Amino acid sequence: MRGKMNSQIIEEYNRRPKRWLYYLLIFIILLAISIWSTSVVHYHGVSEYGALIAKNIFTGIFHPDSSLIFNFTETGLAYLLLQTFAIGILGTLVGAIIAVPLSFLAATNLVPNWLAYLTRFVLMAIRTIPSFIYALLFIPVVGLGSSAGVMALGFESIGMIAKLFIEAIEDLDMGVIEAMDAAGATTFQKIRFGVLPQLLPDLYSILLYRLDMNLRDAAILGLVGAGGIGAPLSFAMSGYKWSSVGAILLGLLVLIIFVELISSRIRKKLAKG
Amino acid sequence: MYDKIFKPKKIELLTGEVVEEKVSRTWIYWIIIIIIIGLSVLLTNFDFSALSRSGLFLQKLASMLPPNWSYFDKVLPPLLDTIKMSFFASLLGALLAVPFAILAANNIVKNRLVNGIIRFIFMLARTLPTLVLALIATYIFGLGTFAGVVAIFIFTFSFIGKQLFEVIETVDMGPFEAAEALGVSPLKAFFIAVFPQVLPTYLSTALYAFEGNVRYAAILGYVGAGGIGNILNDRVNFRDFASVGMILVSILVTVMIIDSVSALIRKKIA
Repeated sequence: MRGKMNSQIIEEYNRRPKRWLYYLLIFIILLAISIWSTSVVHYHGVSEYGALIAKNIFTGIFHPDSSLIFNFTETGLAYLLLQTFAIGILGTLVGAIIAVPLSFLAATNLVPNWLAYLTRFVLMAIRTIPSFIYALLFIPVVGLGSSAGVMALGFESIGMIAKLFIEAIEDLDMGVIEAMDAAGATTFQKIRFGVLPQLLPDLYSILLYRLDMNLRDAAILGLVGAGGIGAPLSFAMSGYKWSSVGAILLGLLVLIIFVELISSRIRKKLAKG
Repeated sequence: MYDKIFKPKKIELLTGEVVEEKVSRTWIYWIIIIIIIGLSVLLTNFDFSALSRSGLFLQKLASMLPPNWSYFDKVLPPLLDTIKMSFFASLLGALLAVPFAILAANNIVKNRLVNGIIRFIFMLARTLPTLVLALIATYIFGLGTFAGVVAIFIFTFSFIGKQLFEVIETVDMGPFEAAEALGVSPLKAFFIAVFPQVLPTYLSTALYAFEGNVRYAAILGYVGAGGIGNILNDRVNFRDFASVGMILVSILVTVMIIDSVSALIRKKIA
């Protein structure tokens, strides 16, 4: 009896789907693309010069410029970091103001399909334009400085906020609203007590998540002259002031990690209610 | 404390029971949020008239249309470079992330110190913005696509590494323990018992990272790290908006194709 079962098992095992051809095909395709793509890797080796710079950045991080860290005026590290943070916050806000109405227009359970897909296409186009292009377009409009950074980040954030918020809207539990309807609630009451309590926690956690990302983006917008810590960083690098570079990188790391910790804590609280 | 200052409202129910309705605390959070926003406006000197001038911005945006179609010949080579950069860096990052993720997962490697060190590396690499990494890389490796590859590689490595070790930690350890009990070495046990469980998530994370990397790679050229960003920056500086429009349309189409192919594959995996 046992022998028969074992042979049955072995038979079944031998009949298992053999898809090695399929895997081989995937492997060959991947290999081909990889070989094709290696043409971009022109590795000339790290020049002595490059090695020196790498070493300098490292020593810079361990010996940060203390005069920059303890400078509390408008050119000091603390002020620049706070400004970067502020650009991130306002950028998220601007993004939310534009993204929320668009999300309602793109939710298939609220509007006709053609309108929803049209809005989605517009959102995708908005998301494709990189933030530095927005910044470069806003600088002539609002002048060099943080305002351009805020507007650029705002536009950059629209795509992702809308994408996540649309999902939240489409997950809306319509039963609650139907029940309120049956109980004779007015439209305002339905929105205030039926829709908002379902959507707001999602919106808050989306915005906090985006704030995390915007902080990183705000740090790079300075490279184009849109305020924040990016400009001093790029000046310090092109001027070979490695201790300043070290101080700025350290400050940036601390700020981003700090904000990430706080925002993930708040998001956890929001998810639990 | 709060309930002593703002007395809860007492309601007597029809049954005679008395219940307390605590005063909502939402307004405190709103005040905090408003203060933070106010401070941000002060710090950035945000110019509210900027909003009213967004008409001018839209005008500039509209000047990109219709795109300069004949410029496409010049767009194609850097666009292919961008795709190659992101593919190569994503593949390398995804492969290298596996051993590090195993070391970071505390259900496979039960050494808090090793877990902690690897996680710290992931966090550090993930924290720095990609463009800043690219900027540093151009100083070390010189201008060109290699610096871009390095920057995307570091980002992908840390992103996939973090996602992967978190997934590994949530797998069902039964098969792994059974394999170990039969005398299989931990590494082999990992590959036969744990890896099949995390493989779908791993592949879809890698594809997702690749999708995002194509977008990222498009801007790296701004700091001279190769790819389509180089000509994008160049065209913006020349105020040649029709060509900028052509570049953006090409990026949009590429991203859409890659997104839909990868969404198709991800659906198949799941």
